[in-house]
Amino acid sequence: MYQAKIYITLRKSVLDPQGSAVTKSLHAMGYDNVNDVRVGRYLVVDVDTTDKEAAEKQVQDMCNKLLANPVIEDYTFELAEV
Amino acid sequence: MKFGVVVFPGSNCDADCFHAVQAATNEPVEYIWHKTDNLEGFDCIILPGGFSYGDYLRVGAIARFSPVMDAVINFAKGGGLVLGICNGFQVLLEAGLLPGAMRRNDNLQFICEDTFLKVENNGTPFTALCQENQVLKVPVAHGDGNYYCGEETLKELQQNNQVVFRYSDSTGEVTPKTNPNGSIDSIAGICNKEGNVLGMMPHPERCAEELLGNADGEIMFKSILATWQRRVR
Repeated sequence: MYQAKIYITLRKSVLDPQGSAVTKSLHAMGYDNVNDVRVGRYLVVDVDTTDKEAAEKQVQDMCNKLLANPVIEDYTFELAEV
Repeated sequence: MKFGVVVFPGSNCDADCFHAVQAATNEPVEYIWHKTDNLEGFDCIILPGGFSYGDYLRVGAIARFSPVMDAVINFAKGGGLVLGICNGFQVLLEAGLLPGAMRRNDNLQFICEDTFLKVENNGTPFTALCQENQVLKVPVAHGDGNYYCGEETLKELQQNNQVVFRYSDSTGEVTPKTNPNGSIDSIAGICNKEGNVLGMMPHPERCAEELLGNADGEIMFKSILATWQRRVR
């Protein structure tokens, strides 16, 4: 079985209001060296297959169709056998 | 003319839409459960507001894969009238029937208040009875109404007259101050190129009767009926 750890964040070109609010809050706490915060989603998806390539393709498909919205979001994932 | 109001798990403006359409048009309305895959006999489909599937993952993302949505896409491609309100607009974006995406409101708050909408295009089936540049007072109630699209898409929307409503003041002036949620170009509602699919964040069904103190939204449902009558005759 393969496990995909998927990270989804708003694209760099898209303003992230939650990230801005967190940045401001961190600054208020004294963490002046924080330049930017992006808030995103983290998903762990188990795929029942022994074929790594197939799993990778499937996860990519899932991200493009449902898990991320390509208009505003970027995604990356790590795939590991479990 | 027959209207259909789609009901997803988590829709909560379906009954309001049902009532408003009936009161404004006196035409038959039916609820359409999201598992239906046949829209035969309907002339206009309304995707109501609410929190379909609890807004899990992303607003509208899961509802888009309800069985009824393939039928709605086919219905729209065949020229059928589709109106998405609030969560319904978000579902239309996710389904690709309208371009762009919704972000969290720029002030991170759930906004529930009256807004003024400048009718930027009164040539759509949904605004046909509006005067040019008419201003409607219609309430919004959303946490994710911050419309976004890429520069090229925005240019296309503007050039094709697809921006139907902008947030304005009561005189129709559009300024950064009148924009409640950070939407790009103060966009409150857009239609597709063909004009038969419209999505909007404000809720016309919540202000469609004098009894409720505001009947500005009524004109949209009356416009749909008028357009349909013109088409049939």
